[in-house]
Amino acid sequence: MSFLISVAWSALGLAVMFAVLSVVVLSMVWLERKALGRLQLRYGPTRTGKFGLLQPVADAIKLIVKEDIIPNDSEKAIFWVAPVIVVVSAFVIWVTIPGGDSVVIKHLPLGLFYIIAFAVIGILGLVLAGWGSANKYGIMGGLRSAAQLISYEIPVVLVAAAVAILAQSLDMREIVAAQSAYPYLVVLPLGLVIFFIAGLAEVGRTPFDIYHAESEVVGGPFVEYSGAHWSVFFLAEYINTFAIAALTALLFLGGWGGPALPDVVWFLFKTYAVVLVVFWVRGTFPRLRIDQLMAFAWKVMVPLSFYTVIIAAVYRFYDLPWWSLTILSLAGLAAAGWIIYRRMTAPARRVIQIQERLAAQRGAAPSPRT
Amino acid sequence: MSTQPDTLPDIQADRADAQPVEMLLNMGPQHPSTHGVFRMVLWVDGEKVVDVEPHIGYLHRGSEKLCEGEQYHQIVTLFDRMDYIGNFNNELAYCMAVEKLMGLEVPERAEYIRVILCELNRVASHLLYVGTMGLDAGAMTPVMFSFRGRERVQALFEAVSGARMMHNYFRIGGLKEDVPDNFRELMDELMPILREDVEQSDRILTFNEIFLSRLKDVSPITANEAIAFGLTGPMLRACGYEYDVRKAQPYSVYDRFDFEVPVGLDGDCWDRHWVRVQEMYQSLRIVEQAMEQLPDGPVASPLGRRLIRPPAGEAYVRAENPRGEIGVYLVSDGTDKPYRLKVRPPSFCNLSALRRLLVDTWLADSVVVLGSLDIVLGEVDR
Repeated sequence: MSFLISVAWSALGLAVMFAVLSVVVLSMVWLERKALGRLQLRYGPTRTGKFGLLQPVADAIKLIVKEDIIPNDSEKAIFWVAPVIVVVSAFVIWVTIPGGDSVVIKHLPLGLFYIIAFAVIGILGLVLAGWGSANKYGIMGGLRSAAQLISYEIPVVLVAAAVAILAQSLDMREIVAAQSAYPYLVVLPLGLVIFFIAGLAEVGRTPFDIYHAESEVVGGPFVEYSGAHWSVFFLAEYINTFAIAALTALLFLGGWGGPALPDVVWFLFKTYAVVLVVFWVRGTFPRLRIDQLMAFAWKVMVPLSFYTVIIAAVYRFYDLPWWSLTILSLAGLAAAGWIIYRRMTAPARRVIQIQERLAAQRGAAPSPRT
Repeated sequence: MSTQPDTLPDIQADRADAQPVEMLLNMGPQHPSTHGVFRMVLWVDGEKVVDVEPHIGYLHRGSEKLCEGEQYHQIVTLFDRMDYIGNFNNELAYCMAVEKLMGLEVPERAEYIRVILCELNRVASHLLYVGTMGLDAGAMTPVMFSFRGRERVQALFEAVSGARMMHNYFRIGGLKEDVPDNFRELMDELMPILREDVEQSDRILTFNEIFLSRLKDVSPITANEAIAFGLTGPMLRACGYEYDVRKAQPYSVYDRFDFEVPVGLDGDCWDRHWVRVQEMYQSLRIVEQAMEQLPDGPVASPLGRRLIRPPAGEAYVRAENPRGEIGVYLVSDGTDKPYRLKVRPPSFCNLSALRRLLVDTWLADSVVVLGSLDIVLGEVDR
């Protein structure tokens, strides 16, 4: 009997989770369109409901009632199962991501481990989607996603490990409790930067939206999907974005800790703040090329994440004062930032030199035609 | 110093020596980044482009042949529809060809208004280029900024000619009619805002780190090769070769203005972008000077109003279009319709270098390189 009751509670919890996440996705779609609109000199949706609030609902209805086309040449089984894999892996990690001290469906002592482990499964779905749709752009996108997501999984895992070392636990509740004095943002700024950037790559957001690049591979793995199947990918992408934002908030921004307000409010506030930064980045940057993306992962992100783990371990082992970790972390961040800045602006500096030289030439001997 | 481009393997869609790892990827005619209905058949090895075969002609309307069946005044509309981003520049090239054949003097006011509209059209065209280049590189915001400026220019065009794009405003020997009475106010209102728009579209993209690393050193081409391929306009100037028809062989009243010809150095995608952005500033300079010097008087030669029968003979004129040098070759047999009309479209000639530029780049670069060519398919296919 008690077993049945626990099953019933779990089912109820899952239903609530599904409902809440759906609302979250709708809110994120609306927020993204509004935020991007404001960045781009336009209003975003205004016609459907007040402030266009019903626009995501209209979009969802449109997608669901659209014809669901399955290409003749596709591997039907793989084509069907790929979106399911992606969306299940997106939902399943939310079982143990807490939205507050007691707001969690199933509290796990190894929560962080579970989240990291299940987040990777989504890659399989993307590769299968590309393969199963019998489309060359799809295959291209699927292979790109495999390369990209596996590369960026390493920094995510290592930085999560560094946080776990600091908190001496893989339990999300204890990680948040360990940040009650000061959030890990203060002691491990390097970790936050790595986690956020790698997280952007994990969910395929600009500037890392390479595997579904609209102007190159026309949607990549999703190119043959339409209607409800496509909307499932869409749903998973937004849930994953929200999950990365939530993990950033939990691991580095002190989770639900905060004065006065209830813990869920603080959690949502911090998570949506990170989500807005994600949208801001999307409105600002062009896309990297695949070789630049991989070089960035293996030459910058992976060494830096190893460095993060090492400084966290040294700090724990010798029981150094907390500010020493901050200094180490900032030093690593500054060194890496300087190298990246020099590398990325090298062409710009060369261009400026060239223009100066041209201007000097012109000034010395003005062209007879001008 | 060879004038021949590097030799490349022959183009063949069914490559006999294709490696098992190579994949044939069809890009276009329906693809978001082919700028219309261009089609590239790419051989790719993973992410590397091994070979490319361009397919054109999806927008072929036989414009040159159509010209032979139209009276001289009616042909202006056909030129509008060739390079549909630089309409005024195209109209000007055609009108100049007929005027040269007839030895027709164009009133000074008409020449100035033509220059003003052509340079504004150049700005509008380059703004469109900046926006689409951003989209090709994956940035979705610049297009909104640059289209705002373009829309303002087009509003002025509408006030002047009655149409946003297919103006049909230039006439042989002048203009269809004088500009509206409030033209000067409209321009005074437009110019500062337009300069700001150009500056914003420049700042938002040109020196963005990711944009730079995507475009700098991507498919560079030397000036010698560029000349061998017949590249003109920003494509050629990006290689550091200072050639601009407006300076080299001034037409209309371009010799009365003080402006510079921006040149790049490496001839790579970023230099092409930079040259176009700098050209916008120079065009604004020309427009400002032309507005100061704008004289009063008639805008159409009385001869141009009648049915035109140019003397038998031929004429070739060239002009600097936003995309490069347009050439119009006109043969008349003395009737009211041209015997033959041949256009040298800059986009088509620039596109000829596509294979040289694309082989051995990344797949993602193919989109950027095509964007940096700034082709208009209406002109390529005619």
